[in-house]
Amino acid sequence: MTPLLELNGLRYTWPGSDEVIALPDISLNKGEKVFLYGPSGSGKSTLLALIGGLIKPDSGQVVFAGERLDRLKGSRRDRFRADHLGIIFQQFNLLPWLDVRSNVALPCQFSKQRAQRCGDVDQAVERLLMGMDLESGLWSRRADALSVGQQQRVAAARALIGEPDLILADEPTSALDADRRQVFIDLLFKQTELSGSTLLFVSHEQDLAPRFDRTLSLESVFV
Amino acid sequence: MKLISLAWHSLLNRRFAVILTVVTIAFSIGLLVMVEQLRQEVRQGFYRSVSGVDLIVGARTAPIQLLLYSVFGIGSATNNIDWQTFKELEALPEVDWAVPMALGDSHQGYRVMGTTRAFFDSFQVGNQEPLTIARGKHTEEIFGDLFDVVIGAQVARKLGYDLGDAIVLSHGTGRVSLQAHDSLPFKVAAILAPTGTPIDQQLYVSLSAHRAIHVGWESGMQRPGTGLDADQARDRADELEPETLTAIFLGLKTRAAVFGLQRRVNEYRVEPLSAIIPGIALQELWRISGLAEQILRVVAFLVVLTGLLGMLTVLLTTLNERRREMAILRANGARPRQIATLLVVEAGLIAFAGILLGVGLAYAAQWAAAPVLLDRLGIYLSLGWPEAWQLGVLALIWVAGLLVALIPASLAYRRTLADGMQVRN
Repeated sequence: MTPLLELNGLRYTWPGSDEVIALPDISLNKGEKVFLYGPSGSGKSTLLALIGGLIKPDSGQVVFAGERLDRLKGSRRDRFRADHLGIIFQQFNLLPWLDVRSNVALPCQFSKQRAQRCGDVDQAVERLLMGMDLESGLWSRRADALSVGQQQRVAAARALIGEPDLILADEPTSALDADRRQVFIDLLFKQTELSGSTLLFVSHEQDLAPRFDRTLSLESVFV
Repeated sequence: MKLISLAWHSLLNRRFAVILTVVTIAFSIGLLVMVEQLRQEVRQGFYRSVSGVDLIVGARTAPIQLLLYSVFGIGSATNNIDWQTFKELEALPEVDWAVPMALGDSHQGYRVMGTTRAFFDSFQVGNQEPLTIARGKHTEEIFGDLFDVVIGAQVARKLGYDLGDAIVLSHGTGRVSLQAHDSLPFKVAAILAPTGTPIDQQLYVSLSAHRAIHVGWESGMQRPGTGLDADQARDRADELEPETLTAIFLGLKTRAAVFGLQRRVNEYRVEPLSAIIPGIALQELWRISGLAEQILRVVAFLVVLTGLLGMLTVLLTTLNERRREMAILRANGARPRQIATLLVVEAGLIAFAGILLGVGLAYAAQWAAAPVLLDRLGIYLSLGWPEAWQLGVLALIWVAGLLVALIPASLAYRRTLADGMQVRN
C-alpha cells in the first residue's frame, strides 16, 4: 500500500536566516494515528509548513497520495491544503468574531471538495459539534465566548469537517489541563476514526504517546 | 465564495473604528456633493428667475449689476431711465411685450415694484410658465383701483396677509424705514402663486400709484403740505404718468432679434442705456464666481482624499492585530490572494457606506439650507437625484477607495506568505 504521506530528505532555509534545516524522513499510512514527539526548536513549524504546502523545500520530496507536493505551484498547494488537510493549532484557532458554526464551516468556504463531501454542510457541522461533545446552546455564540477547552474542541471539529485525508494537530492539548486533555484526545480519536482521516499529532508531552498507533521523534539537524 | 460575509463580520467586530472611518468619509463626500449640487441648484434657480425675459434695459451700468438689482434685489440702481424711453421701446415692432419696473419703496423689507398689468400678462418664470394668481382679482381687473397691491406668495405667507388687508409702503428699501407713505394705504387685491423665484418676495403696485405716493417727495422726503390724499389721487389717476423707471423687461417676438435690439439700445442717443441678455449676464456672473467654486471643489476633493487616507490608516493599523486572523484563514485553505481580497472587500464596504451616508448628509444639509436660500435670495432649491456624471464621480471615488486598500492588501499578501502557518501575535 502506498503511504498517504512521505517526506524524503527535506531541507529548508527560512528567508532571512542562513540556517539550513534538515528534516528526518517520515512516512504515514492511511488511517494511522501517529504521535510525533517534537520539543520546541526541533523544526516543528518548518515541518508543518512543508506538509501544509505553505513553503517549498530547498531540496527533498513531499509526496502526498502519490503526488509530488513540492513540485506544485503556490496556488495549487493552497488548493491541496484546503482540500486535504485539517489543521489544529495549540491555541487561538478560531476567528473570534464568527460564531461557532461558521468557524467550523470555514474550510468548506475555501474547498468545494470538502463542502461536497459534507453533503449538507450545516448538518455536518452540527454532527461534528455534537461528536466533539459541544452542547447546542454554544453553537450560535461567538467563538471567543467559549472556554479554551471548548475552543479547542471547536477547532478539532473544524479540522475534521469534510473528512480531510490528514489532520495536522500542532500541540493541540498543551493549553488544556490533564483531565480535559484525555477527554479531548478521546473525542478527537473517535471522530478521526469516523471520518477515516490520518492523524499526525505533534507534541512535546511524551506521556500521551502510548495512546497512538505509532510514535515518531522529530530531531531535525541544523546545518 | 462568501468573502463579503467574512469581511462584514470582521468589520462588525471592529465597529467602533469602522464607524468612525465611515463617518469621516461620509463628511468628505457630503461636502463634495453639497458643493456641487448647491452650485448647480443655485445656477438653476437664477436661470428660472429670468427664463422668460429676452432683454433687461436699465441705465448705463455693468451687466451683472443691472441683472442683480433688477431681478434679484441685490444692490440698487445708480440711475433711472426716462418714461419716454419705455414708450419708444414698447412701440418697436420686434417687441412682443414690455414690463416697466419702478423701484424705490419697500414694505417690511420686501421690495415694492411699480409696474403695469403687462407684468402679470407677460412675465414668465421657471419653464416659461406665466405668472398665476392664487387668490384675488383676475389679471384683467388688477390695478382696477389705484391702490390695489398684488403680493408675492412669500410675502403673503411670511407676513400673514390676506385679501383686503391694508398695507402701508415705506419710502426707501431698508427693512426699517422712518418714512412711511402712511397717508395712502394700499389694499391687497391679489396674491400670486409661488414661483420659487424672487417674484415671490415682492409687492406690486401700479405705476400710477407709484407716482401718486411720491407726489411731493421729489426731494427724497415729503415736503410739508404737499402730497395727495387718496381721493385726489384716484381722481387724477389717469394723468399720473411716471417720470422715471428703474428697469424694463422686454419679451421679443423672435429670439433672433435679441442681439440687434440689444445693440440699438446700447447705442441709444437720448440717454445712456444698458441692455442685457439675462442668460449671458448670468454666464458672466458664473465666470466670476467660478474661481471660488473651483477652489471649493478642490478643497472638497482634498477632504475626500483625507477621508480615504483615514481609511488607509485604520486598515494599516489593524493589520498587525489581524495577523493571527490571517494565519487562521490561511490554515483553513484561504489563498494569500483571497486574504488580500478580503481587505479590499472590507475597504469597499467602508467606502460604499461612507459614500451612501455622505450623499444622505448632503441632501439633509441642502434640505436644511433650502428655506434660508428661499428667504434670502428667493431661490428655490429642488432636491433632485444626483446626475449621471455625479454618480460617476462617486463611483470613481469608490474605486479610489479600493485602490487605496491595495496597499494593506499587498502587505497582508506578503505577510501571509512569510508567516507560513504560524500563529503569531
